[in-house]
Amino acid sequence: MERDVIKDKACIVGIGETAVCRKPGSGLSEMALQLKAAVAAIEDAGLKARQIDGILPFPNLGKAEAYAASLGCVDLRFAATINMGGAMPVAALRVAAMAVASGAANHVLVPAGWNGFSGVRVRETAANDSDAIPGAAIARDFYMPFGLNAPPQWYALMARRHMHEYGTRAEHLGAVALAMRKHAQLNPGALMHGKPLTMEAYLASPMITDPYRLLDCCLETDGAAAYVVTTAERARDLGKTPIYIMGAAAGQPYPADEIMNRPEFHRIGLTTAAPEAFAMAGVRPGDVDFAQIYDCFTFEVIQQIEEAGFCARGEGGAFVENGGIELGGRLPVNTHGGLLSQAHLLGLGHVVEAVRQLRGEAGERQVKDAEIGVVTGWGDFGDGSIAILRR
Amino acid sequence: MPMIPKPLPVLAGLVGEYYGWCRQGELRFQRCRQCGAFRHVPRDICAACSSFDWDWVKSSGRGAVYTWTVVARALHPGFAGDEPYAPVVVEMEEGVRVLSQVRDCPPDQLQVGMPVRVEFVAVDDQVTLPYFCRA
Repeated sequence: MERDVIKDKACIVGIGETAVCRKPGSGLSEMALQLKAAVAAIEDAGLKARQIDGILPFPNLGKAEAYAASLGCVDLRFAATINMGGAMPVAALRVAAMAVASGAANHVLVPAGWNGFSGVRVRETAANDSDAIPGAAIARDFYMPFGLNAPPQWYALMARRHMHEYGTRAEHLGAVALAMRKHAQLNPGALMHGKPLTMEAYLASPMITDPYRLLDCCLETDGAAAYVVTTAERARDLGKTPIYIMGAAAGQPYPADEIMNRPEFHRIGLTTAAPEAFAMAGVRPGDVDFAQIYDCFTFEVIQQIEEAGFCARGEGGAFVENGGIELGGRLPVNTHGGLLSQAHLLGLGHVVEAVRQLRGEAGERQVKDAEIGVVTGWGDFGDGSIAILRR
Repeated sequence: MPMIPKPLPVLAGLVGEYYGWCRQGELRFQRCRQCGAFRHVPRDICAACSSFDWDWVKSSGRGAVYTWTVVARALHPGFAGDEPYAPVVVEMEEGVRVLSQVRDCPPDQLQVGMPVRVEFVAVDDQVTLPYFCRA
């Protein structure tokens, strides 16, 4: 079974991250940005670039062959594209683990990065009839003519329905925004470092697409990050504390390419992926010390907390209230500030932060004695991925 | 500044057939000839029973509001100036859900379960879109 094949067989051994910015932009190409992060991750692992023989690129942001050629990976043996949008960097943890556990590759590089602020922005990607998402043609033919044009609008439909069924309120969304912002105050590398936020200021921020205000939305960012995975055996010979992949899974809502006609409207990819990953890891949600949860918008954090099993569906609003997801709370979430207050690195930044926490390298925002952490990804119309990591 | 038009569906294949019925003033959904399941958006095969046989069956045109979002800032230039407007998910009597707008309802008056019925708006010579109004 898969759970026996990859459980604890693979480790994250290297992480890398560029500086992040909005104005005036990175001044680099998206490929150069990602190469910078890749070089940093390979160096952090104590490897040489030529030892990388597997590459999992982010869809539409570069080809494995181009990374290999630029980095001097002379023996590229394994490459695959995982078409899950923001769920890709965490879904890639499972694929990388399978690759190294099976011997398909020895060292797998996963880069992701973009000029999300100064380049083509997400809203424009959607508006430009991109084929980047699996449901692009359906969105073009059945959503966009009616003014449903971009991710916050898609997900707002889910948030609004959740509010109707479970009484989730604006203040619950605000609690997510405040927690991310609070954590960013402890992270000098966060875009919102030095800019604390109050509930009053959150509620006063302009509406974008109800129930999402401006401060429910993630930060379009220029920047990149990368990680390297190898076998547990090889990891022990490298310099840094190996971070074990205890469990990893990915899943899709049904149907994945169309939002409106889901028999179970709140079922997302994580709904099936999370129990699979926890079973593989042999731990329960209550056993983890922190979670880095893909926070493209505030409600997605509440929804993923529910669907990952940290609480029952409908109870996520209460879970995030009163500091529940802040450092010192029952489940610290996005200790780096997340997409909402650190930077939008396509979800790869969440993996980097999980590794920092488990290595004990998180400085002021360190979760004391962190041993087990969760990281999730969310993409497209609700694709999901999750990994359970330990030191 | 030049006006940027609203995006329109590409009228090919089954999508073209769906909007072709709209152009004739009829909302029709595919219904599987084998198991009777309705489906939307159009697809080649019934996901319930794998049958490739289906008919375009005329909808009652009636449904109820399922969820919505109120767009306060357009995220496509073609909708700039329309704000606030609300993309609305309507659950039809046939069970399928359609993303549209309820044109005669101010966004702040929308409610889950509000009964609505279809109406058609010709955008140009080729494209007619199904919208909704309060029933």
